[in-house]
Amino acid sequence: MTPSRSTPVADRAPARPAPAGAGAPVGRPSFWTTRRRDRLTGYLFIAPQLAGTVLFVLIPLGLVFWYSLHEWNVLADEFTFTGGENYAKLAADPNLPGVLRATGLFSAGLVVLNLALALFLAVLLNQKLRGTTFFRVLFFSPVVVSLVAWTIVWQFMLQDNGGVNGLLATVGVDGPNWLRSDGTAMISVIVVQVFKNVGLNMVLFLAALQGVPQELYEAARVDGASRWRTFWRITMPLISPTVLLTSIITVVGSLQVFAQIAILTQGGPGTSTTVLVYYLYQQAFQFHAFGYGSTLSVLLFAIVLALTVVQWQLRKRWVHHEN
Amino acid sequence: MRVRLLTAAGLAALMTLTACGGSGGDSGSSGGPVTLRMTTWSANEAHVALFNEIAAEYKKTNPDVDVKFDALPFETYTTTITTQIAGGNAPDLAWILENSAPDFVASGALVDLDDVLEKKEELAPAATALWTSGGSLFAYPFSTSPFGVFVNTDQVKAAGAGSPAELRAEGEWTWEKAVEIAAASAAKSGKAGLVIRDFDYKTWDNLATVWAGWGAEAWSADGKTCGFNQPKMVEAMTFIHDAIFEKKALPAPGTSADFFAGESAMTITQISRASLLKDATFGWDLVPLPSGPNGPYSVIGQGGLGVLKKGKNAEAAAAFLKFFTNEANSAKLAQFFPPPRQSLLNADTLAKTNPLLKPAQLQDVVIDGISKGVVKPSHKGNAEISQAVRSGLDPLWKADADPKAVLDSVCTSIQPLLAK
Repeated sequence: MTPSRSTPVADRAPARPAPAGAGAPVGRPSFWTTRRRDRLTGYLFIAPQLAGTVLFVLIPLGLVFWYSLHEWNVLADEFTFTGGENYAKLAADPNLPGVLRATGLFSAGLVVLNLALALFLAVLLNQKLRGTTFFRVLFFSPVVVSLVAWTIVWQFMLQDNGGVNGLLATVGVDGPNWLRSDGTAMISVIVVQVFKNVGLNMVLFLAALQGVPQELYEAARVDGASRWRTFWRITMPLISPTVLLTSIITVVGSLQVFAQIAILTQGGPGTSTTVLVYYLYQQAFQFHAFGYGSTLSVLLFAIVLALTVVQWQLRKRWVHHEN
Repeated sequence: MRVRLLTAAGLAALMTLTACGGSGGDSGSSGGPVTLRMTTWSANEAHVALFNEIAAEYKKTNPDVDVKFDALPFETYTTTITTQIAGGNAPDLAWILENSAPDFVASGALVDLDDVLEKKEELAPAATALWTSGGSLFAYPFSTSPFGVFVNTDQVKAAGAGSPAELRAEGEWTWEKAVEIAAASAAKSGKAGLVIRDFDYKTWDNLATVWAGWGAEAWSADGKTCGFNQPKMVEAMTFIHDAIFEKKALPAPGTSADFFAGESAMTITQISRASLLKDATFGWDLVPLPSGPNGPYSVIGQGGLGVLKKGKNAEAAAAFLKFFTNEANSAKLAQFFPPPRQSLLNADTLAKTNPLLKPAQLQDVVIDGISKGVVKPSHKGNAEISQAVRSGLDPLWKADADPKAVLDSVCTSIQPLLAK
């Protein structure tokens, strides 16, 4: 800026000399104010993430909604606008109640089992005992194993003549045909998934547990509180943000289960393990009904969104401590 | 100003993206070098070697054309192809399974091959029926492969319950006997008895190799009426159920057994699998399917080869298909895939290229099989019907199932789909 002339400056921030090559005539305020520079830097920093989100989240999301208003037969190369027809079909789909029931059952079973087991393991492995590191590694290692490899191994284990029944036979128990009986197929898929991912939640809980100040426990001990009471009155409230986080992650993850179903049961026996994502896959990729498949995706999106909003709202009631 | 800056940045980004998208070569139409992609469901080394040999020969006269064979997993084959088409990455040529033939042929996804094929009149009408629509042929039925029974003669002999080949010679090779031998072998060896290959309690259309012996059908010839609850089908399915759960002649659900690894006494499959027996460490034989209450019968599985309209080089692909299926190459392919060309369908020609099979086996299983065989079931909208049947049949695969009730419910669920 030249001191000889004072110019009304549009920007509230003081203008700086123009960068080399900008060619601003002497006396005119530079375009590159600090504020603008800062803004540009900011935009540049978020640009890669923003581009990724737009390209791989927002555009596909918009496209899925657009496709859901069409009938798209890939083989015949027909793409016709049908308006709300797919949504009417969705409302009247006789398979949908069963699919939603299976989805709910899977999610409920997974979330309850996963969180309870993860918390239990975290509390156990939070003790200062020898060998806890070994067990921490042991329980966490399935998280880094490829999902498909993990599931295929379990498929062999759960076969009628597989490892699980072989083990049961040694103690004289005639095990069921885990993946092909109505009663056990869903449980098997849930348990395979719990063992796969329980380590991740366990580590998160473990970190939270170690963040609880020791003096609170000491104070409780001095006051004569039982261990059970200490757990519910001190530990739980203080790790409640982590409980919220893990429950959101687990619920959302449970709604996206696909590979396990595709490998272990293909939605069977009957349709007892046909969860929403698998049903969507069948409609779009197997029955060539991409339009209706997209409609099911919109439904899945709505469900995930609704559940997340509900959990977020609930946090006010049960998360007592947030940093 | 800021708005202008952002707009410019946005436009630049968009241009970069569209440039990326637009650079995919459409070289086929301009006459430049072309790489054709042909999808198959066979990664069998012997098959792939032969395909590559034919492609190499084609390159001699068409130096600009390379052909890449893309072997996809069988279980998800059709799904993979449709996904590729939807994603704008359609293969140039594709094998097509018989069960999805009506969908592909009727949809207009394939190039009309009437003016492409050499000596089209020589193709057996029984072989082309499934691939024809409105008088035009849309795929070359490169394989019309009858199902037969491969027998592990070591295991069967050890069980001492009779030999399928001898029974066949005496005219006594029936389903009752087959199940008896399978049950005895399984009991003796502790391995599986008879495996209906690839069925695995999911790919139910392979059961047609059994129920056709009862004269049963999945649906009527016009595709409109469900056949699962018809008396012949109920009888056939009850027989299968008994063979699994009472006689233990077939492996129970959730049990895997591979005949070609010596894990079962017999298996029902197509003769193209004979190549897996090249280094077999056990004695084996091939016999036709046993006769059912309806007498002797045969079932064929088919594969078609078509050119996809949405492929980037449809014209070049059609030219390659013409070469791939000409008389000379058909004769070569005949060692794995029984050809639709009548001039090649005799035991002598087939014997030259099938060193593993005896002329008598070829005559008995292949040539007679093709002439009187019924094709495995197929229907328009096949995937959805197939899925409904699979989940409908699941309750049957339990020891205490009531076949009639299960089959009635299968019909209840697929009848609306058949009527579509």
